[in-house]
Amino acid sequence: MRAFAVFLAARLIRALIAVWLVSTVVFVVMRLSGDPVPLLLPPDAPRSEYARVAHEIGTDRPLPVQYAVFLGHVVQGDFGRSIHFRLPAMRVALDYLPATVQLGLTAFALAVLVAVPVGVISAVRRNTAIDHAAMAVALVGQSAPTFFLGILFILLLSLKAGLLPTSGRGDWTHIVLPALTLGAFSMASIARLTRSALLEVLRQDYVRTARAKGLREWRVVAKHAFRNAAIPVLTITGLQLGTLLGASVVTETVFAWPGLGRLAIHSIYNRDYPIVQCVVFLSALVFIVLNFAIELAYGFLDPRIRPR
Amino acid sequence: MASSIPASVPADVLAVEEARGGRVARRTRRLVAAGVVFVALLALMAITAPWLAPHDPVRQSLRVRLAAPTLAGADGLAHPLGTDHLGRDVLSRTIFGARVSLVVGFAAVAVGSVVGAALGILAGYRGGWTDTVIMTVADAQLAFPFVLLAIGIIGVLGPSFPTLVVVIGLSGWVDYARVLRSQVLVLKGREFVDAIQALGGAVPRIVVRHILPNVLSTLVVIATLQLARAIVLEATLSFLGLGIQPPTPSWGGMIQEGREYLDSAWWISIFPGCLLLLTSLVVSRSGDWLRDLLDPTLRSE
Repeated sequence: MRAFAVFLAARLIRALIAVWLVSTVVFVVMRLSGDPVPLLLPPDAPRSEYARVAHEIGTDRPLPVQYAVFLGHVVQGDFGRSIHFRLPAMRVALDYLPATVQLGLTAFALAVLVAVPVGVISAVRRNTAIDHAAMAVALVGQSAPTFFLGILFILLLSLKAGLLPTSGRGDWTHIVLPALTLGAFSMASIARLTRSALLEVLRQDYVRTARAKGLREWRVVAKHAFRNAAIPVLTITGLQLGTLLGASVVTETVFAWPGLGRLAIHSIYNRDYPIVQCVVFLSALVFIVLNFAIELAYGFLDPRIRPR
Repeated sequence: MASSIPASVPADVLAVEEARGGRVARRTRRLVAAGVVFVALLALMAITAPWLAPHDPVRQSLRVRLAAPTLAGADGLAHPLGTDHLGRDVLSRTIFGARVSLVVGFAAVAVGSVVGAALGILAGYRGGWTDTVIMTVADAQLAFPFVLLAIGIIGVLGPSFPTLVVVIGLSGWVDYARVLRSQVLVLKGREFVDAIQALGGAVPRIVVRHILPNVLSTLVVIATLQLARAIVLEATLSFLGLGIQPPTPSWGGMIQEGREYLDSAWWISIFPGCLLLLTSLVVSRSGDWLRDLLDPTLRSE
């Protein structure tokens, strides 16, 4: 138990370093982007007015002081006020977070529910037409750019076949295409990995023993092989959840899904930098917390993964 | 592989296994060659674009707006892949678009591989604090969605060629650093490195003359996989309006421009998109095949 506590502490420190690095990059980029004061002033403002605003937002102070003040604000979740919404940036971002979480979780569930059975069937029916077809689709799914996949789905399934709505957030039909698009990469990766992990296990001696004692094939696969193949699959699956979050910026833009990603892109167009900073930071934080939680879960699921 | 085969296996079975292995390797070599030919053709297309493209990629013509693929358009000219909302020829724009994809892709890979390889070799060779710091930063970068940060950085700094190349390049440095570090750790323990050290070889010379040649094949494999990533990332950023700016044609930008006309003029988005998809698929598969061929131990699926 003590070793596990040390492992957790190490991971926690790593997570904190990641959060700190993200905030530092955000700070450096904001400073590189130029003086924010003219953005807040009318073009004909007198110099005294400039000095007053600079003093107010703190840009007249030395850089290390500005950095310290910035970190202090970050710890409190304070990224300033949105220029566009005229509200604290964090409040706006939190309003958009649920849509992103809903899309991410749906995409993730869809990916796992489709990919694992496909991977199992591919492995069991190895080298058949089903296997070849499934793996060819998976390969394309793994290298297809997310945004183009979304465009293809809209063209074929919405515009031509008229099955599903093209964009927006409404009843359940609205989430199918975005979730499929967002989950495609994970689906492909999980299917390929499930197949190769299961093939690896099916070669083992204990599987041969199970077959030799006359068990039915589906029982061999379900009870003896699949459980052992599940560990690497779980590891990759956990990592995919984080990847989904990063990719959702693109998917949300394609499908006009009102989540964090679309908010970020719109704020970039509007030059509403407090929101941009806040969304980047908030997403990074969610991602880091998620990974930390997944690592915690592994520790409980598989004692062998608990190192040292 | 041979050591895992029990001694009782008859010699002819071994011969069959070996012949199969040889066949597989030969097939893989052919596939890699096909991938290289594909990229070479794409590069040739990009270089010769001004002569190859039937029309000026930025010339607008209101008479042939949103024309479907045709060999005799309203302006009396052939538009085999149709025209876009400004009457620009989609085929010519797709051909010119390869320039942006390849130039940004290769430049980003150059930045990423130089930074990643240097830091990875440094971490592996020096060890100690250097190693700890470099690997902590690498872990931290993997610990959050870098694409989002990239979008934020480019959004704030404004899209320009150098910003794009540096941001896309740096988004991939961790892959090089982690793999090369572990390879250098192994190499460092080998006798030939000890021998050169004992002979008084200077560290930069050891690294360049003796370590680098030994990790070169790994570097090529990672760079190939990263090239596919960089091309897709560039197209994604262009699609979001954060890449190379119009009127310069880029595949991502074209897909974005055609999005509004998807229902009436699907060809604007779909042709460049299919070429992008094909490029990404071929380059990343070539990376996989190259890995199988050069360094099967890297396989991590």
